[in-house]
Amino acid sequence: MKKADRVRWWTYLLLGAATLACVFPLYWMFVVATTDTATATELPPEILPGGNFFHLAGLVFSTVPFVRSIVNSLVVAGSIGLGHALLCSLAGFAFAKLRFPGRNALFLVVVLTMTVPTQLAVIPQYMIISSLGWVDTLQALIVPGLASAFGIFWMRQHLATTISDEILQAARIDGAGTWQIFWRIAFPLVRPAAFVLGLLGFVTAWNDFLWPFIVLKSPEMYTAQIAIKALQNSYTIDLGLAMSGSFLATLPLIVLFVFVGRRMVAGIMDGAFKG
Amino acid sequence: MTTTLSPPRVVPEATTRVRQSLAERVAPYAYIAPFFVLFAIFGLVPLLFTFYVALFDWNPIGEHVFIGFDNFTRLFGDARFWNAAWNTISIWLLSTVPQLLVALVLAHLLNHARLRLAVFFRMSMLVPYITSVAATTIVFAQLFDRDYGLLNWLLGFVGVGPIDFLQSVWGSHTMIAVMVTWRWFGYTTLLYLASLQAVPRTIYEAAAVDGAGAWKQFRHISVPSLRPVIVFTIVTSTIGGLQIFTEPLLVSNAAPLTCGPVRQCQTLTLFLYEQGFGQFQFGYGAAIGVALFVLIIAVATLNYVLSTRIRPERG
Repeated sequence: MKKADRVRWWTYLLLGAATLACVFPLYWMFVVATTDTATATELPPEILPGGNFFHLAGLVFSTVPFVRSIVNSLVVAGSIGLGHALLCSLAGFAFAKLRFPGRNALFLVVVLTMTVPTQLAVIPQYMIISSLGWVDTLQALIVPGLASAFGIFWMRQHLATTISDEILQAARIDGAGTWQIFWRIAFPLVRPAAFVLGLLGFVTAWNDFLWPFIVLKSPEMYTAQIAIKALQNSYTIDLGLAMSGSFLATLPLIVLFVFVGRRMVAGIMDGAFKG
Repeated sequence: MTTTLSPPRVVPEATTRVRQSLAERVAPYAYIAPFFVLFAIFGLVPLLFTFYVALFDWNPIGEHVFIGFDNFTRLFGDARFWNAAWNTISIWLLSTVPQLLVALVLAHLLNHARLRLAVFFRMSMLVPYITSVAATTIVFAQLFDRDYGLLNWLLGFVGVGPIDFLQSVWGSHTMIAVMVTWRWFGYTTLLYLASLQAVPRTIYEAAAVDGAGAWKQFRHISVPSLRPVIVFTIVTSTIGGLQIFTEPLLVSNAAPLTCGPVRQCQTLTLFLYEQGFGQFQFGYGAAIGVALFVLIIAVATLNYVLSTRIRPERG
């Protein structure tokens, strides 16, 4: 082995420090979520989890309709994840594999929309949702997020590189229509990429704050993130309660991450610029 | 498909190019339509409408009175606006610069061919990304607390008195910037790493043989080859970072809409929210949106121009 090719000890030191920095706040969330307020505000701080978790968790459930908010989040994030996987695959398929007038120009428009800062238009967005009669409903959160320019760009890349034109042309000669070609041949072949895209859509929707905060009014419509905020409001002093809520609202994603984290990492790296 | 090795199957041109039915011809447009419809209704129209509403004294339940550019005249004379604009830029700079630098270094380290535990390190980098802003903010606000925070307790050992992060301008900006950096540096690292892995290993090996150490390899190989993705992350972090909202809203419980009693960390989006949904001044809020739009476009363009100047170093 060449000397210069060794991994130096400080590489592990730096990466270890970065890992600790990434994981510690979550651990700390759990620690405070399991102690009572008196212990949480002690110095030196208690750095091991206490036994108060179930008490605080119970308090979370009785203070806000937390079960309902988790269900709401699942419905919203699940729909958006599914919408991304399907609608972006379909559009990506059209851009990657179908020939039609205006294709390149329209794809350029899709890419350009990625740079449009639309979040600052929340006032008219709210007015539109309001005129649709969607204020305080979950579809106000779901429908605008069903597809994204990023998702279309991502699926187009995968469809263009994974699927050969020969397969599609053979299917067409055998009499398959465009829809059948998409649904029976193209989509099954890019299902892993669509799955990762759906996951990314799910995570983003699950963690979204500003838009649900504006659109949702009644506690039973809250998503998990808004419920956390409500917990923080009602008991400003009770850190343990706010932390338990945060921890419970993060738990589904932690579980998801344990199972599919590897694929998410691979997916993000797959979608990045190469060279 | 004409140069196939399988037994030649002569397909007359007439059958491959059958006249497509109308349904087949509109199919591509139908497949891309959902995105365009959604973007138009919930993205583009609201954005254009923002410019329109900004010209009115627009109360959601009262009258809409056309007042021309009065909202903007008022905005530019409003000290709260300049304060929010400054806060936004300050927090954005404090969060973006360290984030991208840390990501560059970590991606370079993670790219080492003989690194052990590579999957473990990569996965832990993504933990902050799956944690919501709301949860992150609550944890960091506690860690940075003046009286009970872990950070001030640790600072006490090196003789630094308890810092009231939330109440001071630079303290609250730093605290918010740390949250943003924490959430995004791992994601950015993975984007950089993906790009680095496309760089042929032989280039690093040749450099190592020529006696280039880690720092030289980082500076002369990694950074220049990451140019496109660096430009991309700078532009996206400008667009996202200048619209920051949730962190400043949630750090200050006492006065959330202003991010503290003296607006020490109120950002433009928070100011927009305060005026629009707190005071029901939709017109004035929309004018803030327009100003924010102009700021984002200006900073993103400037960044783009500056960052395309990263050139491969010779030496």
